[in-house]
Formats: sequence, structure tokens, C-alpha cells
Amino acid sequence: MNFPFIKKLSIKAITILILSELAAVVTGPPGNADTPWIGFHDSITQKTSFFGLFVTGRWALFYALGILSYLIVYFFNHNDFKNSASDSLRSSYRSVAGKKYFRLIAMFAIGVVVVLLPTIITDPFWREAMVSQIAVFILLALGLNVVVGFAGLLDLGFVAFYAVGAYATAWCTGALPVPPLFGSHVNPFFAIPVAIILAMVAGVILGIPTLRLRGDYLAIVTLGFGEIITLFANNLTGVTGGAQGTKQVPHFSFHVGPLKYIWGLDPAPYYYLVIGFVFLFIFIFYSLEHSRVGRAWTAIREDEVAAESLGINPLKYKVMAFAIGAASAGFAGVMTAAQSNFLTPATFTLSLSINILVLVIFGGMGSIFGVVFGAIVIQTITMYLIHTPPAGYQPQDLYIYLGALLVIMMIFRPAGLFPARRRQRLDVSTSSFENSND
Amino acid sequence: MHGFLSYLNAHFHALRLEFWGLLIGGIGSGIIYAMVAIGYTMVYGVLRLINFAHSEIFMTGAFAGYFTLNYLIGSSSPTGITSILLIVVGIIAGGLTGSFFAVTLERVAYRPLRKRKAPKIAYLISAIGASYFLLNLAAKEFGRIGRGIAQPYSNHTVFTIFGANVEMYNIIIFLAAGMMLIIVDRLVNKTKLGRSIRSVAQDSETASLMGVDIDKTIAMTFVIGGFLGGAAGFLYALNIGVLYSMGFTPALKAFTAAVLGGIGNLRGAVIGGLILGVTESFTVVFFSGAYTDVVAFAILVLVLMFRPTGILGELIGRSA
Repeated sequence: MNFPFIKKLSIKAITILILSELAAVVTGPPGNADTPWIGFHDSITQKTSFFGLFVTGRWALFYALGILSYLIVYFFNHNDFKNSASDSLRSSYRSVAGKKYFRLIAMFAIGVVVVLLPTIITDPFWREAMVSQIAVFILLALGLNVVVGFAGLLDLGFVAFYAVGAYATAWCTGALPVPPLFGSHVNPFFAIPVAIILAMVAGVILGIPTLRLRGDYLAIVTLGFGEIITLFANNLTGVTGGAQGTKQVPHFSFHVGPLKYIWGLDPAPYYYLVIGFVFLFIFIFYSLEHSRVGRAWTAIREDEVAAESLGINPLKYKVMAFAIGAASAGFAGVMTAAQSNFLTPATFTLSLSINILVLVIFGGMGSIFGVVFGAIVIQTITMYLIHTPPAGYQPQDLYIYLGALLVIMMIFRPAGLFPARRRQRLDVSTSSFENSND
Repeated sequence: MHGFLSYLNAHFHALRLEFWGLLIGGIGSGIIYAMVAIGYTMVYGVLRLINFAHSEIFMTGAFAGYFTLNYLIGSSSPTGITSILLIVVGIIAGGLTGSFFAVTLERVAYRPLRKRKAPKIAYLISAIGASYFLLNLAAKEFGRIGRGIAQPYSNHTVFTIFGANVEMYNIIIFLAAGMMLIIVDRLVNKTKLGRSIRSVAQDSETASLMGVDIDKTIAMTFVIGGFLGGAAGFLYALNIGVLYSMGFTPALKAFTAAVLGGIGNLRGAVIGGLILGVTESFTVVFFSGAYTDVVAFAILVLVLMFRPTGILGELIGRSA
């Protein structure tokens, strides 16, 4: 018996079958520990409509979708169509996108949309989400992008800096059990520099001992650090308010001479404030990327030994990346504290770090546009799932999909949807894997 | 200063009083760390990467043991030879499930990257993703509430050493884990499979030129590491119960143990696990229970900073 073609085909069919069963289980109803198989059983047996055509088992629907997507991929990979179509698409895109007027028009359009967004969106859920779940997450993703994308350091405890920024705000505004920093309660504007500086100091303190370690150790140490910050926030009740959370953090207010403005419950003013800082951070990070510092980061990321031999001090630049990334997380912390008025350690979990990491990976490590795009897309989908959940979906299930997305991105498109122009060595490392000495 | 000294004095007094009890508890948790640490250290040996998803292998093993025992025991309370058989069945169920998930993980999350010769950060991200996928899928399918496991034996004090009680659970863990650790040590050091694993760990290119099937060897490494991890999950669950997120802390500590003993070094992992378990057990006297996790983490950071090769040194003498 020698039918290599049939054997190959049946292996593919079984693979698609397994994956579609998995997809059915992941999206299916939940189970519990008393009847462990009920979730699996229901997921397979449940009926669902096949694009409204006819009713079939959910697994069959996913199987059909799997085969369909396989055929599409196969068709694209094995036809001249692939090259001609994508090339012509790419070249037509380049010929337009390269023009100066196109860039100006695009930037103007984006600017108009950004400014008008609070008037376009009227649903209170989305008005709230666009500040606290999308704009703030753009800031966080931009910060993590400096660490992971520019400097190539995998930081799994990034949420620690976010927590430092948020709790620093609570400290300055007198919402913590400890006496406030400036002696009396101040409004959160004064907390912005304090939070940013404290977050950067936290970055330096964490960075100096750990950044000497090689990449995989760094990941696990930052993972532990993120957990420990949560542990302290939970248990140092006298300092942080413990698991109960802080007292009320006041809103922003602005009071200079005759000008007086208080940020109230409406999300729109917060939106403009955050967006202003998003553009500021984008400008800073963009300038840094194209400066001597950014080139040093790239050099360290690609080959640390070679970078060192060129006179770059790796530790110095890595600590710098940590501190600069932490700055934007610290500011995100201020916004969260001032807008939600209330902090609990439950906000700052490892899951949140992973969530931010997904935003960076999905959009493209090291590409500022990609990261902003990733943050907007993923967070919008996340919020949509919370706002109008499909049957059987619980908010915590999000991390199943995010986890799967990380693996899928790493297998099929490691550089993200919009790869950084200064391409990271993610497709192929130049040194042989087996003998790599890093 | 005087206050601090009297603080220390009082706590050392407490330590002297409870020394043997804490030692026994420490060895019990240490040997579990050792079993999990072997999974980390073996994978590190052949692939040079930390298998972040090992915590979830531990968790799946615990759940497999939980379901098997609940099914077999029901509401009866087994004794004698039945207890022993049940524990063996639980270990095998946990271990095989652990192996299955470890191999699947290698096949899905690592092998495509390995074929592409991807850099290390890609592996770490892929592993974190796989870990989160499994963790939250388990949370969804098995609920988010911790469950106690059906007890295959009646826990009682068997004998006392210097006033400290040695319970049935301690003896079971010590015997089961001790046997498995010895078997793995023999397996890696004396068999043909072990030789191929060691050769891949030393130099995989040369090993493949000598006719070692790299893919198969790496898969077998995950099988062995996964078996120990899953079985350790079951043994841990016997005492603590099961929860979808139960793997995180023991796995972080087991990783600490692997680094402490010298990552890539099997016997080092065992020594590191025991040292970590006992140290952690003693520090309960000094800190409140909430901060015991910080102790393990502090040990990890200190070891990585001052002796990254660990106590016994790495298998191939790599430094950080």
C-alpha cells in the first residue's frame, strides 16, 4: 500500500477535523467540575445554522469552515494568482501610499475622525469603553512596544508599571490610607509627573538587576515581579487599602485664574486628554526610534554581542527602554485612577499583561502604527464581546482566544500584521538555532 | 536594633520548636517541585528554552487524576491494597495526560518555530499563548471554583520524629515521587533513549549526523517531562485539590528550583527542589503566609544574579 497522496490528504483532513472540534469546544457552552464532559459534549452535539442555509452540528460547521479556509490558502499558495494579485495590489498601494498628498489626506482624515469620535458615538457603553478600554490600552501597548518591539525584551509584568502609576495618583490625591505626597489632597493633574517618574523609577529598579539576564530568564522574572506587585497591593492594607481598594480618587480639574473646568462623569473630556497624550507619546517614541537610542535598541535586539563590541552599553539602553516604556504605562495609570475614581488590585493582573502583549504582537512588534492598530482592533472586538456576548460567552473566555491568537501569530505571522520597517529577526534567525549562543 | 534582635530571637525560638515539622512539610513540597523542575530542565537541555506552558501540564495532570479518582472511588472509602492501586492509577492517569498535552504542545506551539529556526522571543510568546489558552479553556470547561479530590486513603499520623507528625500523605508523596525520580535518572543515564536525549542536549547537529532522530528525541523529552509534571500535579492535588489556575505558583517555584540546581541538570533539579521546599517551609516562621511566594521569587532573582549556573552547574556549562 503506497498512496502518499491519499495519506497526506487524510492527515490534512484529520488535522482540520481536530482543529474544528477544538474550535467548537472553545466557542461552545461551559462545563463544570462535577460533570466534566458536559461542555465538550454540548459543544459537539449542539445544532447551529449553516449561514442560515440548513441546520447542522456545530462541529460540522467548523469542519466546513476549516476545509474552506484550507482550500483558500491552498489556492493562494499554489497559483500564479497569488503573486500576480498580491503584487499588483501591493504595487498599486505603494504607488498611492508613497505620494505625499495621500499621506496628508490620510492623516487629515484620521485627525478629523479622532476629534469627532465622541460626537459620533452616543452609546454610553462605547463612550466609556473608548477611553478606559481603548485609548488607555493604546498608551499601554505603545509603552510595551518600546520594551518588546524596540529593545526585544519580553516583559510579562508590564502591568506592574501601570499599577505604580495608578497607585501613585491615588497617593497624591489622598485616596490611600497613607498621608498624601504633597501634604494635602491635590487634583490628579499634579499626579501626572509624579506617577510617570515613579513608574520610570520602578522600571530602573526592576531593570538594573534583571536586565543582565538573558531573554528567557527576564521573561520569567518580570512575570514574577508583576505577580508580586499585585500581592503587595493586596496585602499591604495599611499602604494600598488592600483588596478592598482605595478611597475615592477625584476627577481632573483645571483652575487657573478665571479659567475653571472640572472633568466630570462624561467620558468625552477624558478622551481628548488621553488622545492628546497618545499623540505626544507617539511623537516621543517615533523620535526615539529614529534617534541614536533607537538604533542602539535595534542593535541590541538583533545581536547583543555585536552591539557591545560597537561600544553600546547594553544594560544602559535596556534599562532606558524599561524606564521609557514604563512612563507611558504610568500615565495610563493616572488616567485609569482619575477616570474610574477607584482602584483595586484585581485590575492589575497577569492576564492584563498578556492582554497588552497581544495588542503589541498582533499589530506588529516595533511598529508604532501596527501597535496602535492592534490595540484599537483587539480592544474593540473585546469590548464588543462584552457588550453583546454571543451565547455561552463569559468575559474571562477572552483569554482563551488571546492565548490562541499569540500561538497563531507566532506560527504564521510572527512580525505582526504591520511589520516594523526595521524588521525584527522573527522569521529566521541568522545564527543556527542549535548552536546559538545567546 | 534591640527590638530587631529580640524579634529574630523569638522567631528562631519558634523555628527550633517546629524544626522537624517544617522540615517534613518542606521535603513534601520540595519533592513535588523537583518533579516539575525536571520537566523544565529536560526541555531546557534539548531545546534551550523555558517551557512556559509546563504549569498547565501540571494542571491537566491534576485534573485527570481528580476525574479518575472521583470516578473510581465514588462515595466509598478504600483501604489497604486498594488505596495503593488507586494512587498508582491516579499517577498514571495524571502522568499520561501530562505527557499527551506536553507532546501536543511541542507539536503545535514549538515545532513549527523550530523548523523555521525562529529566535527565542518567538518561542516564549508562543509558549505563553499556549499556556493561557490551556489555562482559560480549563477554567471554562471545569469551572472556576476549587474542588477537593476524593481521597484514596485515610490520612492519619503514621509515626512521629522528634515530636513532629509524619502523615500518610508525606509518606505517599515521598515514596511515589522518589521512585519516579530514580526511574527518570536511570532512564536518562542508562538507556538508549537517555543517550539520545543527552546527545541532543550536547550538540543536536552532531547528534543528528550520528543518526539520532532529533524530532523523536525532543518529543520523548516532552513525554518524560510531561509525565513527571502531570503526576506531580496529581500528587499535589491529593492534598490541595484542583483549580484551573493551580499550576502557576508551583511551576514558578519549580522553575526556581531548576535554576537553583543548575538548569539542564537533572540531579540539580532534584536538589534545587528540595532546598527550595525546605527553605520556603522555614520562612513561614518569619513572614506571614501571604509572602511565602515572594521568598521563592527572591531566591530566583538572587540565584540568577549571583550564580546563574546554579548549585551543580549547567549541563553544558553555559552561563547567563
